[in-house]
Amino acid sequence: MSITYLEAIREAQAKLLRVDERVFIYGQDVGGTFGGAFKATKGLAKEFPGRVLNTPISEDAIVGTAIGAAIQGMRPIVEMQFADFSSIALNQILNNAGTHYWRTNVPVPITIRLPSGGTKGSGPFHSQSMESIYAHYPGLIVMTPATVEDAYTMLIEAVAIDDPVIYCEHKYLYYHLKADKLPEKGLPTGRARIAREGRDLTIVSYSAMMQESLAAAEELAREGFEAEVVDLRTVKPLDADTVLASVARTGRLLCAGESFPWGGATAEVIARVTSQGFHLLDAAPQRLNAKDTPIPYHPNLWSAHRPNAQNIAAKARALLRE
Amino acid sequence: MLQTAQRTAKSKTKKTAPPHDRFLEAFRWMLLTRTLEEKLVSLYRGGLITGGVYIGKGQEAVSVACGLFLQQGDIFAPLIRDQAGRSAFGEPLIDVTRTYLGSRLGPMRGRDGNIHRGHPRKNELAMISHLGAMISVTVGTLMAKRFKGEKNFVGLACIGEGGMQTGSLHEGMNIAAVEQVPLVVVATNNHYAYSTPNDREFACHDLVDRAIGYGFEGYSLDGTDLGTCLDVIGGAVKRARAGRPPQLVVASVLRLSGHGEHDDASYVTEEIKRQPFARDCLKVAEQTIIDLNLVDAETLAEWRKKAAAQVDEAIADAQKEPAPEGDKEDWCALSTRDLVDSFE
Repeated sequence: MSITYLEAIREAQAKLLRVDERVFIYGQDVGGTFGGAFKATKGLAKEFPGRVLNTPISEDAIVGTAIGAAIQGMRPIVEMQFADFSSIALNQILNNAGTHYWRTNVPVPITIRLPSGGTKGSGPFHSQSMESIYAHYPGLIVMTPATVEDAYTMLIEAVAIDDPVIYCEHKYLYYHLKADKLPEKGLPTGRARIAREGRDLTIVSYSAMMQESLAAAEELAREGFEAEVVDLRTVKPLDADTVLASVARTGRLLCAGESFPWGGATAEVIARVTSQGFHLLDAAPQRLNAKDTPIPYHPNLWSAHRPNAQNIAAKARALLRE
Repeated sequence: MLQTAQRTAKSKTKKTAPPHDRFLEAFRWMLLTRTLEEKLVSLYRGGLITGGVYIGKGQEAVSVACGLFLQQGDIFAPLIRDQAGRSAFGEPLIDVTRTYLGSRLGPMRGRDGNIHRGHPRKNELAMISHLGAMISVTVGTLMAKRFKGEKNFVGLACIGEGGMQTGSLHEGMNIAAVEQVPLVVVATNNHYAYSTPNDREFACHDLVDRAIGYGFEGYSLDGTDLGTCLDVIGGAVKRARAGRPPQLVVASVLRLSGHGEHDDASYVTEEIKRQPFARDCLKVAEQTIIDLNLVDAETLAEWRKKAAAQVDEAIADAQKEPAPEGDKEDWCALSTRDLVDSFE
């Protein structure tokens, strides 16, 4: 048996609908016989009548409705058709869901799935990675699963959490990643994972860039360098302890992320390490992000816009020479 | 589907009967609200309230009707000028004074202030400042009730003509109709969005015309006439509860204050102040009471006195209470404590 990252997301939702009557799925085209733009909810509307609901093209109202339902005890899962469109719902996510517990002492257990990141030919409005924006605001948990197993267990965990969870699923991984079987249980939320052990430098990453980082580490291994790859799994909370422990072993830090370069998750990792573990560093920490332009359409431009195994490896080599 | 209701208070009533059987009850909530808000304004001017004070002067008749017909299990999403409705819905006065005075014991515990308060567990939603956002939240609460198999509930969300121009409002109204939830939206056109008059807010003939476009039933009314407010808003609540499509009520009033107490409202024209909708709904209601001899002058004076005493007590109690302290605050925006990020 082989299961993809996308199938894992569908299976997690099927399980949630099966075991928890508070769960419903709300989003554009998720219901009917269609099952979502990427088929992440395929067949679920038929299996769970009345609980997988198509919505108008109204991201603000979709999230607002989910917030209201969550306040009244439901566990809605919102599918944004593309992460990019969640910008329309920023107000509801940041100002309503993100402030609600702090203001009223009543948590808002919503899960918002964001099909994130670039694929060839998707262009400026169907390729964005929004994790850094959501992580910046208080009151939200931001998950960025990089493996099939995490895609499954973290989505189940997201719905169990009483607070709003932004679940960033990477579209590039939907079909590329496969696993033999789905686990019953994953690492606790908020815990990073050592995806590959190494002694020469630490590459911290998440989501699709974690897979690129693993490939870069293989390339470096052929040259005799052993990179340790840390998969953050959640960018918020950020498991600085695991990162610092890795940097303590290697003395060198490179962070790779697909979001835009100003601020963001990679900058946060470097800020934590330099402020809490400056003495652990043998060289100035480095980072790689997408370029500071909108995301291009043409495959030649797109592949040069985001980090990849080759330029992660190149940046690592330069850092190793420091 | 589109209807309007513009009858006057006297049109269906006998000379000695109240224009609505809950008229006097509603009047007393209005009186309490006016008394409370005048006191809050004094405290603000005396420097005892930090932030702002936002009152509902001139809108109490509409507001009280919004809160009065809601029952246990119903959802109320008030906005900034809905003290009368909040009180009628059951919000204790001490919640108001605690929030304005920043008591640590209030529902918002000093974390949010003035009109940004609510009790989501008691079905009074806590508004955010971004107008229109609470419409879809109210829709969601009603969907949850339907999912859970509850019956005989409604939700009522307040908005102004300013908020009616937001995209969020549009999405919320549309999704309410798509989901066919038992929702009443009461839009009070007080003729100014802060300082901006109607002619720079919208260009349609009448906001109630939008009802049909959303699949709502629409009603418009004179918001200065308490009897009409009770009839029309009470009727809308009844229809929503009975399973009719979502209801839109558009009430016409003039905001008889600034946007907040920091605002002298000097932009309000003399001409608009002479319009029928510029009447003070509290005075109109009181005149009805006097004209119809519903209660005597002594009783009215007694009600005033009692309202003043209630307000004074709520303020005195809140003033004795502790303020929040930065070094003792629980700086935690998540209920799941072990998932709080550490920046130390």
